[in-house]
Amino acid sequence: MRLVILDNYDLASEWAAKYICNRIIQFRPGQDRYFTLGLPTGSTPLGCYKKLIEYHKNGDLSFKYVKTFNMDEYVGLPRNHPESYHSYMWNNFFKHIDIDPNNAHILDGNATDLQAECDAFEKKIKEAGGIDLFVGGIGPDGHIAFNEPGSSLVSRTRLKTLAMDTILANAKYFDGDLSKVPTMALTVGVGTVMDAREVMILITGAHKAFALYKAIEEGVNHMWTVSAFQQHPRTIFVCDEDATLELRVKTVKYFKAILPLLLILFSLKDLELRNLGLHSLPFSFLTIYVLNSFCLC
Amino acid sequence: MRGGQVAARAPVIQFTNCRILRGGALLREDLWVRGGRILDPEKLFFEERRVADEQRDCGGCILAPGFIDVQINGGFGVDFSQASEDVGSGVALVARRILSHGVTSFCPTLVTSPLEVYHKVLPQIPVKSGGPHGAGVLGVHLEGPFISREKRGAHPEAHLRSFEADAFQDVLATYGGLDNVRIVTLAPELGHSHEVIRELTALGICVSLGHSVADLGTAEEAVQSGATFITHLFNAMLPFHHRDPGIVGLLTSDRLPAGRRIFYGMIADGIHTNPAALRIAHRAHPKGLVLVTDAVPALGLGNGRHTLGQQEVEVEGLTAYVAGCSVESALEAASLHPAQLLGLEKCKGTLDFGADADFVVLDDSLHVRATYISGELVWQAEEARP
Repeated sequence: MRLVILDNYDLASEWAAKYICNRIIQFRPGQDRYFTLGLPTGSTPLGCYKKLIEYHKNGDLSFKYVKTFNMDEYVGLPRNHPESYHSYMWNNFFKHIDIDPNNAHILDGNATDLQAECDAFEKKIKEAGGIDLFVGGIGPDGHIAFNEPGSSLVSRTRLKTLAMDTILANAKYFDGDLSKVPTMALTVGVGTVMDAREVMILITGAHKAFALYKAIEEGVNHMWTVSAFQQHPRTIFVCDEDATLELRVKTVKYFKAILPLLLILFSLKDLELRNLGLHSLPFSFLTIYVLNSFCLC
Repeated sequence: MRGGQVAARAPVIQFTNCRILRGGALLREDLWVRGGRILDPEKLFFEERRVADEQRDCGGCILAPGFIDVQINGGFGVDFSQASEDVGSGVALVARRILSHGVTSFCPTLVTSPLEVYHKVLPQIPVKSGGPHGAGVLGVHLEGPFISREKRGAHPEAHLRSFEADAFQDVLATYGGLDNVRIVTLAPELGHSHEVIRELTALGICVSLGHSVADLGTAEEAVQSGATFITHLFNAMLPFHHRDPGIVGLLTSDRLPAGRRIFYGMIADGIHTNPAALRIAHRAHPKGLVLVTDAVPALGLGNGRHTLGQQEVEVEGLTAYVAGCSVESALEAASLHPAQLLGLEKCKGTLDFGADADFVVLDDSLHVRATYISGELVWQAEEARP
C-alpha cells in the first residue's frame, strides 16, 4: 500500500486527479487500446472530477479512448432523479468531457432483472479487458462502494441492502428525510474491485478517519471491507490531514517521509526543475519517470 | 411514431459558452437543441448514447427564451387596425422586423375600430408559427371597442360600444367571429360584462381588463368570472386610491379564485409609467409582470430611436435598469409570464426540455445579438455576421 497525505482537501483532489491524468497519458490510449477507469460518486471525489475537467479543457487530457465503469447506483430511483448516480456523473463529469457515451457504463437500478444487470456489468468489464485503475472512496463504516459491513471480501457485482449508517450519511442529499433515501443499491463487489490492476482510494475529512484507521492499521476484516485492499498488489490511499487523525503517529510519519518524491508530481515549478537539472525534460516525461521509480509496492 | 423518428434523426446542436435562463436563474449550462425543440442532453447521453453533431460557441452571452409581445398595434409603417386588402403582408413585415428585437411570438393588436374593420381584418390574421420569415402569430389581441368612454385614451370615441342585452351575441356580431382571437380587453363595469367574460374564457380566450373606471370590487368579480390580465397597468384606469385601489388593487387582492394568478401588462419605457410606479407594481406582484410594447405604427421609422419606437428597443434593457429588478426577472417578464398568461408555458417562454427552441442571444447589456426560432437562426446582429 502507498499512503499519500496532503495538507487539505483541495491538494488531495489535485494530487489524485494528476495521478489519474498521468496514468491515462502514460498508457497512450488509442483506437484499439482503451484505458479502463473505475469511478466513484459522493462528495469526496468532486474536487478530483473538477480538476480532471480542468485538464481536459486545457487540452492536456482526452477521454476519447477511455472506458469508465461506475461502482454503484441506487435501485428504484428514476435515472433522471437529481440524486441518482447517473445524474451525478452527468452533471459532475460526463457533460464536461469528450467521453463516448457508449463507453460510460453505470449500473441500471431500474432494470427488470437486477441480478442479470449485475452479471452483464461484470461481463462488460471482462470484455473491456479488466479495469486499469479503479478509483473509489470509503464510507464512514469502512465500506468500499456499497459493500456494507459483512459483505464477502470476494463478492461480485450484486444487489445490496444499505446499512443504516449509509442511509444516514446519504440523508443529506434527500432533504434530510430518511424515508426518501433509497434502501437498496446495485454495487460492484469487493472482489470486482480487487480484480483491477491498480486501485486508488480517496479519503478526506475527519469523519472518515476512524474508517481509514480500521482499513489500514488493523487486520483484513469483512466488517471494514476496504481492509481487503491490504491484499491488493497495487493500492494507493490518497488523504488529507484530517483523515489521518485516528492513525498512529508512526504510520503518518513514515509515509510523510517518502512524500517529497510524490510532491514532485504536481508542485514542481520551472525554477525547481532547473535546480534539479531536469528543466529540459517535458513535464509529462518527468512525472512518468517519477511514477515508474515509485511503482514498487 | 413517424414524427418522433424524424426528429431523432435531426442533428443535435449544442450551444456552449453561455448562460441560460432556467428556473428563474442564469445558469452556466449548455443549451441543446434538436428538431426545433430544447433537448435533454442527459437523456441523449444515457438513452441514445449520442453526442452533439455541432457545437456553437455563444461567446459568453446570455441565452433567454424568445420574447413574447402580447400588445403591439403595428410598426414600421404598418397599422394592424387598417382594413386593407392585404393585411397579411403588413403582419408579415412586422413579424420579420421584430425579430431583431428578440421577439419570437406576438399578438397583433387591434384598437377600437368600426365593425367593417374587424370583419375584414380578423380573418386575414391567422395563427401562424414563427420561422425565418418572422415571429410567430399567437392570435389577435382585440383592445376594444367594449371599453370605457372616460378612459378611452387614444381610441376613437365614435366606435366605442357597450354590451346589448344579448351580450355575447353582440360581441360575435361586432367582431364577426372569434377565430384567430387570443386576447380581448374590455371594461368590466359595462353591463352584462360577466357573461361575456365567462363565454370568452370558456372559448379559451384571455380576457383582460383595461380602459376602464372599474372599482376593485367590480374588477375582482371580473376575475372571478375568468379575467386573467390587466392591460397596461396604471394607464387608462382609475388611479390607485388607498380606499379603493381600483384595478390596480388586483395585484394584492385576496378575493381572487384560489390558484389563479393575475397578470398585468406594463409598458416599461419610462414614459407611460413612472419608474417608481413600475417598481411598486413589481415588488407587490413580481410573478405577474408582463412586459409589452404597445408599439404603434411609428415604431422603427425615421428617427425611430427617439420616438415611440424607443419603447420596443428599450424594453429589455430599460426594465432591468428602471425596475431595479434582476436581469432574470426582467427576462421572465418578457418571455415566461406572457407565455403563462396564454397557457403556453410548456412550449413557449421557457428553455425547459421539450419546449420550442425559440430563444435570443443577449449580451450583458441585454442587446439582442441573435434570434432563433425552432432552433433555426432567424436574425443576427451585423457585427456577428461572418
